[in-house]
Amino acid sequence: MKYVAPSSVEEATSLLSTSPSAQVFAGATDVVPQLRAGRSAPEVLVDLKKIQELVSIVKDDTKWTVGAATPTANLTEDQAFSEEFQGLSEAAGLIGSDQIQNRSSLGGNLCNGSPAADSVPAMVVNGVRAVIAGPNGTRVLDVAEVVTGPGQLSLEDDEFIVEFEIDRMPERSGDAYLRMIPRTEMDIAVVGAGARVTLAEDGSIEEAIVALGAVAPTVVRVPEAEAALVGNTPNEQTLSAVAGAASEVCNPIDDKRGTIAYRKQVAGVLAKRAVLIAVERAQQRNGMK
Amino acid sequence: MAITEENPGYKWVGTRPIRPDGLEKVTGKAQFGADLMLPGMLFGKVVRSPHAHARIVSIDTTAAEAMVGVKAVITGSDFPDLAANGAHASDIDVASNAIAREKVLYEGHVVAAVAATTRDQAEAAAKAVEVTYEVLPHVLTVDEAMADGAPLLHEGMITKGVDPAPENPSNVASKILHERGDLDQGFGEAHVVVEREFTTKPVHQGYIEPHAAVADANTDGRAHIWCSSQGHFQMRAYSATVLGVSPGNLKVTAAEIGGGFGGKTVIYLEPLAVRLSQRAGRPVKLVMDRDEVFRATGPTSGTRIRVKMGVSEDGKITAAEVWMAYEAGAFSGSPVGAAGMTAIACYDIPNFVVEGYDVVCNKPRVAAYRAPGAPMAAFAVESVLDELARDIGMDPIDIRLANAAVEGTQASYGPKFPRIGFVETLEAIKDHPNYTADLGPNQGRGVSAGFWFNAGMMSSATVHINENGSATVVTGSPDIGGSRQSMALMAAEELGIPYESIKAVVADTETVGFNDVTGGSRVTLATGAAVVDACRIIVEDLRARAAKTWDVEVDQVEWVEGQAQHVEGTQPPLSLNDLAAKSGRTGGPISANASLNSRGVGAGFSTQLCDVEVDPETGVTRVVRYLTAQDAGRAISPDYVEGQMQGGVVQGIGWALNEEYIHNPDGVMENPSFLDYRIPVASDLPMIDCAIVEVPNPAHPYGVRGVGEVGIVPPMAAVGNAIRDAIDVRMTDLPMSPVRILEALNEQSD
Ligand SMILES: Cc1cc2nc3c(=O)[nH]c(=O)nc-3n(C[C@H](O)[C@H](O)[C@H](O)COP(=O)(O)OP(=O)(O)OC[C@H]3O[C@@H](n4cnc5c(N)ncnc54)[C@H](O)[C@@H]3O)c2cc1C
Repeated sequence: MKYVAPSSVEEATSLLSTSPSAQVFAGATDVVPQLRAGRSAPEVLVDLKKIQELVSIVKDDTKWTVGAATPTANLTEDQAFSEEFQGLSEAAGLIGSDQIQNRSSLGGNLCNGSPAADSVPAMVVNGVRAVIAGPNGTRVLDVAEVVTGPGQLSLEDDEFIVEFEIDRMPERSGDAYLRMIPRTEMDIAVVGAGARVTLAEDGSIEEAIVALGAVAPTVVRVPEAEAALVGNTPNEQTLSAVAGAASEVCNPIDDKRGTIAYRKQVAGVLAKRAVLIAVERAQQRNGMK
Repeated sequence: MAITEENPGYKWVGTRPIRPDGLEKVTGKAQFGADLMLPGMLFGKVVRSPHAHARIVSIDTTAAEAMVGVKAVITGSDFPDLAANGAHASDIDVASNAIAREKVLYEGHVVAAVAATTRDQAEAAAKAVEVTYEVLPHVLTVDEAMADGAPLLHEGMITKGVDPAPENPSNVASKILHERGDLDQGFGEAHVVVEREFTTKPVHQGYIEPHAAVADANTDGRAHIWCSSQGHFQMRAYSATVLGVSPGNLKVTAAEIGGGFGGKTVIYLEPLAVRLSQRAGRPVKLVMDRDEVFRATGPTSGTRIRVKMGVSEDGKITAAEVWMAYEAGAFSGSPVGAAGMTAIACYDIPNFVVEGYDVVCNKPRVAAYRAPGAPMAAFAVESVLDELARDIGMDPIDIRLANAAVEGTQASYGPKFPRIGFVETLEAIKDHPNYTADLGPNQGRGVSAGFWFNAGMMSSATVHINENGSATVVTGSPDIGGSRQSMALMAAEELGIPYESIKAVVADTETVGFNDVTGGSRVTLATGAAVVDACRIIVEDLRARAAKTWDVEVDQVEWVEGQAQHVEGTQPPLSLNDLAAKSGRTGGPISANASLNSRGVGAGFSTQLCDVEVDPETGVTRVVRYLTAQDAGRAISPDYVEGQMQGGVVQGIGWALNEEYIHNPDGVMENPSFLDYRIPVASDLPMIDCAIVEVPNPAHPYGVRGVGEVGIVPPMAAVGNAIRDAIDVRMTDLPMSPVRILEALNEQSD
């Protein structure tokens, strides 16, 4: 096995297109356990962290740009980012432990392709876009489109994610992410739920996005919950519609971590709670509360 | 907080000095099982069965032997056939568990082992060993194993303890029975009777350090083993049995140990490492991966337990009926015997029947785990007692006080209790502010109690006085819970010199007299008594030397605070330093040995109080407050006593809420990692408050009882009773995981 550490995106893409059994990594917090378990055996391991733009956080008037290999600790410690995207920052802050977060990245969390990856529902509700580099240049894809199934990506073998673009949080908006784990940390989400809402000036919900993790082969949006919220306030009726829609959209598995019935029921509970938190944040941010 | 019956005015016993092993551990210098490297050492890898139950048709090692770097490959046929040699049944089981011969009895059972120059070569060679199996039907639980027509693990197993003996073999290895009084009469006198059935899953001891052994064999049949264990004399004995050699041919050195909790009282790798080393002519290291630890070591039994109890209007237990079946795993020897003896030992009950079954099944052979057998039985009994208290509207501490065993009570398992401190632990809980602390929404409070015998057994110690008057205390008891500190504190008290002047060490099997395993909470009691005896011999010797120096009778000399004093003060005192410096002129080196078979163990009791909060929408339970009161007899080292008390509770909380072996229908363990086998993490736990109760054990020079085990007996029922209090649901199956709690809540609202 060979370790290489390219210093530019071009160098990395050319390495990938010339070595058929190459794998990129950022924090390697998924890669190393998988190597140890004998689940993968690439001939070349390409370290992305020596490429400057992959480890950076930049804000401009319209968006944040976060390097795909940036340790999530950098993100959660970035106060401006964490105030603007509380839910996404909290989701990144749930990954493993402090030690893990000093290495783990959003790119790795997404491209590992786990349905339970914590940052992904939070990225989806915030409409995050992935900037993907390949031998023929770059393309942009919604995060929601990157993973097609457990461990399955819509990326070509010689492509990788350079950075994520996150549009600035609109006014009167807030996001949230919650997960259910049996313990308090160092665990895998049995259910995850992200929500983002934008309120109209009258305080009703103008726009809502709800996404669930760990309850289907990929992260799933809950359009019926979103529809139930728009134009309404989060009252008992809309919230129970959110919960019902969330349970309905689930397509979970029965396994050692949870049953189908449990995942469906708790997906509803967390979706409802995440919406409530997002609404509260939207209200607070605009002094409505 | 400690309740001390009398203050004996000790100078060192009961203090909290810095732990002696801390520096080496935090700087990474301590040598654990896997740390030793020897010149020319090879790496071994074990080949394990992928099947829960299968006949070994053939093992072909030729491909593995031909691989680069491979120096030895061994299988069951490289060991003596103990069954053919007419060995004792329990020895045959030890050998068959170490490496399978005709059949594999659980997924993970060893079938072969290899040694190679590098770890990668060893792993590749292990994969190249070709084993042909004839897969047999398997049984995983007591229900399956006890069912009519169940496939048999051991074709000749006839249930022991049944009269007349059954004609047909079964998976039931033995039956136990304890009876007193008249059950019908007892239940007839009851005002309320409650009956419930409980199940628990196998749980692992969860020590952080995986098993590891290095062996270096000589051509003369002798070998040196380094391993992490709870008793290197035991490792020597078992290894000698499996290898068919004299124990004297094996020297075992104890490594530092990263947790055992009972699970490191048995052998796994040691005889394999020796045989590989003999075949290869080089030292061999074997280290388990975590998944091997889960699949092939530990755990403790899964169980099914029924409890029926009745109480009078004023809360007196009139009768108890307990039925229990314990999984033994692949070979007989579940802790159902101890379970039967402990189940109702906290209470003075006039009428009872306790019936238990030791049942083999196709899972790893169970190993001891802190108070083996007692926690599951207590979960059942203490849950039913909680229901009874609710039914008659009695405070949970008061109902236990009304029935508590005291000095003179005839224990349910036979003997009369000497002085014990159960009542004092109940009172300590009742007097603590936690007992009346306010509870928030969805919160509940539970009480539970537990009993454990504690053990005595055999120990040896040697004490050397060094030339400057410092001392070395040598024992053969591996230190798994702070025993080196306790030994040094007792020696400091006896010799009258500072704790800091004493170094306590654990010596190998050739350097100190025999010591039984570090288990049964026995080391501070028994090995401690040996240390005290050796120190007292030394003090006698020192008095004699001072008498000789002063030319007076020995009875004119007292030993006070580390110096010899003339009773009439006519001589200037002689300190230990003075005497040590002059030892060459007064009879030579100052040193003493003591060996003993300890009698007079002091039973341990613990009462615990748990507050939980249950999220009614997700079923997630968090422990918000926890208090444990335990009778230590005497807390030689209060820091370590609290560590043991808290450790037992933490493991019990894991057992209560999340820990379980999950097997798929093929009998393959699905969660052999700490990700999916969920021991609690630090953030899952509140501070565990400790109330050390000290009701001295009259049979020990300092009153020690032993504290390592009883703390894990009450927690499951304490948590379950608190959950009952919080959400009105009685959980009868462990673990009380979010999925189970939500199911129970859904049923309740239906
Ligand atoms: C102890 C522990 C606890 C954990 N807890 C959690 C948790 O609570 N929640 C959670 O969601 N995860 C958890 N994880 C999993 C892991 O830490 C996260 O998925 C993490 O975000 C992965 O990031 P990484 O940079 O380490 O990925 P890596 O291991 O470097 O990569 C993961 C995968 O993504 C690919 N990849 C990496 N970067 C890119 C890129 N830029 N473009 C294309 N492909 C890329 C790699 O080839 C690999 O397939 C845990 C892991 C451990 C070891």
